[in-house]
Amino acid sequence: MTDLADLSILQAGDGLRAGNFTAVDLLTAHLRRAAVTESHLHAYLVIDRVGAMEAARAADEALASGDERPLLGIPVALKDNMVTRGVETTAASQILAGWTPPYDGTAVARLRAGGAVIVGKTNLDEFAMGSSTENSAYGPTRNPWDTDTVPGGSSGGSAAAVAVGSAMGGFGSDTGGSIRQPASLTGTVGVKPTYGLVSRYGLIAFASSLDQIGPIARTVADAATMLEVIAGWDRLDATSYRGDVPEISGSLDAGVGGLRVGVVTELSSEGIDPQVIDATVATVDRLSDAGAEVVEVSMPSTDYALSAYYLIAPAECSANLARFDGVRYGLRAKGETVEEMMAGTRGAGFGPEVIRRILLGTYALSAGYYDAFYGQAQRVRTLVRRDFAQAYQGVDVLVSPTSPTTAFPVGARSTDPIAMYYSDVCTIPSNLSGDPAISIPVGLDDAGLPIGFQVMAPALGEELMFRVAAEVERGAEFTARAPLASSEVVEA
Amino acid sequence: MTAWEPVIGIETHVELQTESKMFCGCPVDFGDEPNTAVCPVCLALPGALPVVNEEAIEGILSIGDSLNCTLTETSLFYRKNYFYPDLPKNFQISQYTFPLCVDGHIEVDVDGEAVRIGITRVHMEEDTGKSLHQGDTGRIHGADTTLLDFNRAGVPLVEIVSEPDIRSADEARAYGAELQRVVRTLGVSDAKLEEGSMRFDANVSIRPAGSETLGTRTEVKNVNSLRSLHRAIDFEIERQIEVLDGGGVVDQETRHWNEGSGVTTAMRSKEESEDYRYFQEPDLLPLFIDEEWRRRVHSRRPELPADKRARFSDLGADTQTAALLVDSPELATLYEGAIAGGADPRTIGIWLTGEVVAYLRRHETTIEATGIGAADLIELAAMTSENSLSATAAKEVLGGVLAGEGNPEAVAQARDLLLISDTGEIESAVDAVLGENDDAVQKIRGGDMKPVGFLVGQVMQATGGRADPKIVQELVRAKATDSQ
Repeated sequence: MTDLADLSILQAGDGLRAGNFTAVDLLTAHLRRAAVTESHLHAYLVIDRVGAMEAARAADEALASGDERPLLGIPVALKDNMVTRGVETTAASQILAGWTPPYDGTAVARLRAGGAVIVGKTNLDEFAMGSSTENSAYGPTRNPWDTDTVPGGSSGGSAAAVAVGSAMGGFGSDTGGSIRQPASLTGTVGVKPTYGLVSRYGLIAFASSLDQIGPIARTVADAATMLEVIAGWDRLDATSYRGDVPEISGSLDAGVGGLRVGVVTELSSEGIDPQVIDATVATVDRLSDAGAEVVEVSMPSTDYALSAYYLIAPAECSANLARFDGVRYGLRAKGETVEEMMAGTRGAGFGPEVIRRILLGTYALSAGYYDAFYGQAQRVRTLVRRDFAQAYQGVDVLVSPTSPTTAFPVGARSTDPIAMYYSDVCTIPSNLSGDPAISIPVGLDDAGLPIGFQVMAPALGEELMFRVAAEVERGAEFTARAPLASSEVVEA
Repeated sequence: MTAWEPVIGIETHVELQTESKMFCGCPVDFGDEPNTAVCPVCLALPGALPVVNEEAIEGILSIGDSLNCTLTETSLFYRKNYFYPDLPKNFQISQYTFPLCVDGHIEVDVDGEAVRIGITRVHMEEDTGKSLHQGDTGRIHGADTTLLDFNRAGVPLVEIVSEPDIRSADEARAYGAELQRVVRTLGVSDAKLEEGSMRFDANVSIRPAGSETLGTRTEVKNVNSLRSLHRAIDFEIERQIEVLDGGGVVDQETRHWNEGSGVTTAMRSKEESEDYRYFQEPDLLPLFIDEEWRRRVHSRRPELPADKRARFSDLGADTQTAALLVDSPELATLYEGAIAGGADPRTIGIWLTGEVVAYLRRHETTIEATGIGAADLIELAAMTSENSLSATAAKEVLGGVLAGEGNPEAVAQARDLLLISDTGEIESAVDAVLGENDDAVQKIRGGDMKPVGFLVGQVMQATGGRADPKIVQELVRAKATDSQ
């Protein structure tokens, strides 16, 4: 019999509604999977057994009365920068050690209202700053495909949990690729929705103009279902989109016949691992075979996107993280004066990468430097938006690799920030433009590590994006599972 | 000695009394227990986001409109970054480029002369919490502990920045008072200086009279009343003159006004001043104030203090009366009622600025509590103009009416203040006085008119002041010369 932890959300939903198993059974299977994998992975910072079991029992009651909400009884994992009432939330930082929020973020509240079972809070790079989940104050997360490699980041914990089966779906946040890049490195599907489609209320801010919550799942259809539950206007987030939520999962089977697909030249050549290029080309060929018209698209500004991002995101974070001062919550260092207390708290509470970015951002915004750095970066951002808008005049979607490489060894880039920053070269442009993008697994490299393929669409073009993603998924026939997900291996 | 000209600009902060705070749903209420009117947003808990309060935007637009500003079509919020324990986010959401209101002006009355002061900008921001420093200094430096109350954190705060058009402490005080009147007239704030719902910072510099260039300015903070605004600016002007006359230079710095000792002292110099690293607030969208909204704000503009002053002076009020009426809606209603009833504006003005204000102050009461109405004033004015009451008696009657003794007629009767209208009664009183003062009568008859005054006084005394002095005088003259 199939382990319940290996089902997709849609399959599990069918099984729950058919009465083949209960939500408690489903949760138990995932907790068991966590029990055998966590010592290898460290995907979770907190597993909320009590809360999850309560939610599963409540889901079973609702199921018994014929409730058909799509995520009812589904065990999900939340990145630990999503604020959860009553469950410790630290964003993997010492500075928030022990902080138990008095409120739920909007996405969290919508998941609870949708009957989802929150298994726990997953590991991340501290405050979502990183591409490997090594920058966690509580120790790194490892990749279930090869525990000597990283799962990507910053949503590495959620990606690893979904890949290994200790959660059926995971939620992350994507500021420069933090959902898509770990999805790519763990063989999962990761979505960065259109900026504003999902409320950021209750997401611990890294870079407000770029952050977006999105799902990580094992199938495109699962990801669509998860996104539908959390998307939509929220009066608590002034930047949330006020219009109707676009159709997301309505056209997954519609195919790509007649669609124009643009391959972004700048994101699919230089600096990309040849095996990743090969997989990308093969995927594009399959799209062509399925009836899409494929064209090459040049977006020159993407060459500067990475640099612009590493000014804009740190600048915003320098202000967003100013509130962690020891005055109202979290860590408080001792000091003779208030300045000493604040400086001491921040020095002790923030890790080196967070401090690096706060300093970068503070510098970029300083009098005399603002124009040359922050101002210039904003101009590049405008150019990136213009490039995308222009590209979408000629094509329906854009495609590229998600990550320049597959999973890299733990420690390989942790002493070289620039090499680490380059991990997000293909994903950052969509954050700067605010448009949606999705990563779908399309194959394995020679080392048996997953390769991801990225589909980008114009703002609010989720329906089209998922439609193409579903075709990519069908064509790739990616059925491999992370070795660690197989319990025999673990027990051997 | 150089003649110096002061150049002063004033930054005014006004807390808006809206239902809820600027960026969250917490109530704006200053009476609450500390840290009860708070939520994740105004405490800056991780993950919380601001949402603009439209009522506050309506409030600031009405202020901008009243100050003749241009209302900006697309306005932006910025983050102003600095660390302070009572600033929960350690940045203040404020405005920088594209504030909501720009390029306005206001006319203020300085000793009867209209002075026009430019308004550079009026922008929206949020207030901080309150720090209570425990220890000897009462300030953060040297405090043993500091208690924080975040009830005020996030209260809508409007900053009004004037052009450096102010030339004296008198003008500054008149400007501050006029802003206070405008804000109160609009009903957007109680604008209480002593409670901090309205606060002033003054930028003061001096330059040789006739010079076009600006001198180095200092910013004076901690001014908690119109009187201390006046005192602090006067002190600062004198201090700067002393420095420059003594061959020194004025340092650009922030100075703290000490109410007790009446001096300003240096707080921090420009070198130590902070770089606020302004950048556009990414959690808020640009504010769109469309044509229709702007028109609506303008159409709702109430009658402003300056309009009122103009209207009252059209009604015949002198400057002093008009100013009083602008500050007191109750007196203004009385005044308007009395004038509409045909009473003489000058007489009513004298009564209101004199007797009535004095009575209210002495008894710490209000017009409403005294029960006096326009009808009383109309009646009283008629009695004076019909010569049934002397000017002095009228004031006494007014006091009686204010004290609740009845209407003017009743008070005058009860106090026996009505003038004697019967000339026969006056004549006999004159006859009696002349009969007792033959020396005086003889002098008058000899052409010396000096004793007339004395005789009139005697008659007035004899009639208890109720005779019309004009008639008495005529009778004294006639009878003294005629009676052979």
